[in-house]
Amino acid sequence: MFSDSLQKFLFGRFTLESIPFHEPILQVTFAGVALGGITVLAAITYFRFWGPLWRDWMTSVDHKKIGIMYVVLALVMLLRGFADALLMRSQQAVAFGANEGFLPPHHYDQIFTAHGVIMIFFMAMPFVTGLMNYVVPLQIGARDVAFPFLNNFSFWMTASGAVIVMISLFVGEFARTGWLAYPPLSGADMSPGVGVDYYIWALQIAGIGTLLSGVNLIVTIVKMRAPGMSMMKLPIFVWTSLCTNVLIVAAFPVLTAVLALLSLDRYVGTHFFTNDLGGNPMMYFNLIWIWGHPEVYILILPAFGIFSEVTSTFCGKRLFGYASMVYATVVITILSYLVWLHHFFTMGSGADVNSFFGITTMIISIPTGAKIFNWLFTMYRGRIRFDVPMLWTVGFMVTFVIGGMTGVLLAVPPADFVLHNSLFLIAHFHNVIIGGVLFGMLAGVNYWFPKAFGFRLDPFWGKMSFWFWLVGFYVAFMPLYVLGLMGVTRRAQHFDDPSLQIWFVVAACGAGLILLGILSFIVQLFVSIRNREALRDETGDPWHGRTLEWSTSSPPPDYNFAFTPVIHDLDAWSDMKKRGYSRPVSGFRSIHMPRNTGTGVILGGLSVVFGFAMIWYIWWLAALSFVAMLAVTILHTFNYDRDYHIPADTVVRSEDRRTALLAGQV
Amino acid sequence: MSAADSAHHGDGHGHHEASHGSFRGYVTGFVLSVILTAIPFALVMARPIDSALWTGLVVMAFAVVQIVVHMVYFLHMNTSSEGGWTVLALIFTIVLVVITLTGSLWVMHHLNTNMMPLAPGDVLHRHP
Amino acid sequence: MMHTDTAPPGTAPVFHQEEDHHPENGTLLGFWIYLMSDCLIFAVLFATYGVLGRSYAAGPSPSDLFELPLVALNTAMLLFSSITYGFAMLEMDKGNQPMTQRWLAITGLFGAAFIAIELYEFAHLIHEGAGPTRSAFLSSFFALVGTHGLHVTFGLVWLATLMVQVHQRGLIPENRRRLMCLSMFWHFLDVIWIGVFTFVYLMGVLQ
Repeated sequence: MFSDSLQKFLFGRFTLESIPFHEPILQVTFAGVALGGITVLAAITYFRFWGPLWRDWMTSVDHKKIGIMYVVLALVMLLRGFADALLMRSQQAVAFGANEGFLPPHHYDQIFTAHGVIMIFFMAMPFVTGLMNYVVPLQIGARDVAFPFLNNFSFWMTASGAVIVMISLFVGEFARTGWLAYPPLSGADMSPGVGVDYYIWALQIAGIGTLLSGVNLIVTIVKMRAPGMSMMKLPIFVWTSLCTNVLIVAAFPVLTAVLALLSLDRYVGTHFFTNDLGGNPMMYFNLIWIWGHPEVYILILPAFGIFSEVTSTFCGKRLFGYASMVYATVVITILSYLVWLHHFFTMGSGADVNSFFGITTMIISIPTGAKIFNWLFTMYRGRIRFDVPMLWTVGFMVTFVIGGMTGVLLAVPPADFVLHNSLFLIAHFHNVIIGGVLFGMLAGVNYWFPKAFGFRLDPFWGKMSFWFWLVGFYVAFMPLYVLGLMGVTRRAQHFDDPSLQIWFVVAACGAGLILLGILSFIVQLFVSIRNREALRDETGDPWHGRTLEWSTSSPPPDYNFAFTPVIHDLDAWSDMKKRGYSRPVSGFRSIHMPRNTGTGVILGGLSVVFGFAMIWYIWWLAALSFVAMLAVTILHTFNYDRDYHIPADTVVRSEDRRTALLAGQV
Repeated sequence: MSAADSAHHGDGHGHHEASHGSFRGYVTGFVLSVILTAIPFALVMARPIDSALWTGLVVMAFAVVQIVVHMVYFLHMNTSSEGGWTVLALIFTIVLVVITLTGSLWVMHHLNTNMMPLAPGDVLHRHP
Repeated sequence: MMHTDTAPPGTAPVFHQEEDHHPENGTLLGFWIYLMSDCLIFAVLFATYGVLGRSYAAGPSPSDLFELPLVALNTAMLLFSSITYGFAMLEMDKGNQPMTQRWLAITGLFGAAFIAIELYEFAHLIHEGAGPTRSAFLSSFFALVGTHGLHVTFGLVWLATLMVQVHQRGLIPENRRRLMCLSMFWHFLDVIWIGVFTFVYLMGVLQ
């Protein structure tokens, strides 16, 4: 009796049974992850990489390194999320009639939830944030972001959220509620286990990071632009990043608040979203989509920015209709707050409400359409170079238009009553998220990789990856449109009607093609690293770029620019090249830079402990780690010595090296 | 977007980071706040206006005025600080707050009218 | 296409600047933007209260529970703390460290009094059986008022930290900037409280 309550006190609701020993799929996965993890750790130890890893990466406040870490996190999570997708596609391809498939419902439900959560919060978000982090300061001629420490801290909070999701794979379970955890299913009565709690704490912790990085980048763009760069001379990617971060700062608090209310329902027993004592589950739908719809634009706007940069660079032309592009972006930013109800037309708030939100939804497609025409007119009469980034862009333009049009279809409330929660919806949002966000991020990776590492990515494997992704996407999702029109609902683990099976088999083949696309991307990375000498770019400007990031070396020095650039025109670097800019080779001074700190890593680690303790009701540990976080934060504020100077001769040395390299080029 | 266009930075060294107000300003703000707080409390506690609707509207109006007073005298909001970006952020936030509040109330009100002909409060509210 | 050039005609355009470029410090703007995001957290809580605030579930209603004199007292505490913080800022501008610290301490006392009164009110409600689990109305009431209270509590922790830092290092620029951030935070909470006492307490009792 006593030992029982002692165990409860020490470990909360965690027992050895919480570890899913009985699930063969999970055991194999765990073995794989453990083996892979041990190999990586052994390799790091063998190559004595721990020191540099800690000093140069984990504690780094350099926006470039943080950006790269975000993208690495996103790629790792892409693999995890895609593994979930493969499981789902193969389960649905076989689970017909007497065949139950290989995933029991409680496992299948965790997989589709994890897939959604991971792809949105831990793949797309870090990807977007990573590219913005890397590129924005370079494009505005700044040496770092406005709050470098905060940037590092934000990254570690995002990573901590990802770690918590990953822990749920092997300790306990993940939510079985779908990616937005709607109550009353996600309430304490229907989901008493730890799954929803994993969901809540992973998102809350990662959400802090996202919000702070949003504040950081807004201030960076507002305050740290190079002299002469007025708002209407900002590179378009910076504009879309600004709008995205405005959306982040304005939308993520809503998510934080609504998840906090859900946790109160679960932990304290309040009645916000319960069925009894006055609660209203539909209020959760209402609130979470006030976050959820802007979130869609948070993801897509930076992708629009990347496509704009890529289009104008690879067509060798200034972007057509720069000003209209900016206004379209701003209008989308504001309108994205007026459409949220189209996610739950079927709730039953009546014709007035539904028609208002249906109309606003159709209106928001206008600025988006305007953008498509801007890209088309930029390509018109341009000297188009079909390098890999441009391929992704063209693929996007075709695919995204289809996705956009099915979206307008869904915006019609009566049509939505038929299509709501059907596979048509699934096909639609994958159409815009894969065809828009993911294609954009991969275009961005191919475009900026030479900037970040000094050598290009291998074009052959890049093209392979593109074509597999593109074809795979169509093969995987077009059948889902058909199935959706036939009335097949989402999230089903098993089907009775055998006539549907062929469509699911085709879709599974599509997922297989996408797998080849992802493998080609990995091969592309390996091949490029192996052939890096052949692919090396010493000019720092491999694509004949137009914006400031191409004016410095690749990879850029810690301080980005030895001298702060002065801007006279849109597409500043193009303007500088045209008007005979000569790179300064002397007169370098010492440069004032922020100092690295381990506080972010420590706080991230503590927040994982805190989240884990809250999930498993280990109250003493939760209290302890919370107090520890508070103490570390306060102690950090007592450190006033946060910057240093890169001495002038270090600057001279690295700039001279570049001078020599450039001379060798000519 | 005139505020957005006036990108003046780099020339901003040395000048005050924000105006901190004056003794006079703080006292004015305080006195106004006391008045603007006291009147609504009196309106509700003593009920000089019979109509609950009108009392409510007046109380809300006082709240709005008091929020403006706080913004001006305590938070020192003005269009020139930080190149207008603070005001721009504030306006944007107010728009979103209004959308969130009115939108939620509107949507949920229609839901309740359509789906629950009698609000639970009507039936279940304890009659003293 | 527009083509603007800041260099006068005839001279070579300048593409970089030799002197060290120090962008303006962004802390105050950044903190303001954070406050705006915090504002949206409160907007959600207000919206929740607006939607669920009449779902009494056969339980007590605002007019049964709220004691306006207590709320008025609480409001007074917060208002006083606002002006005393303002005085602290004025003393900071003059560079008068001891007076700054004194006004900060007074502000802290008013803030603590506010929290104490709020805790008393909460304890009283829970004791009467009107805790946050009683009805959706009470859930949303406790969430909204409690979140504001938590913010004030964090403000107090921050205030104490800053007083130690001012004591250690004096009114150096970093500390002044931090005091200004806390000033914004403190007055912002005051603005939120105006919404709370109007929307929750006064309108609640009025119904």
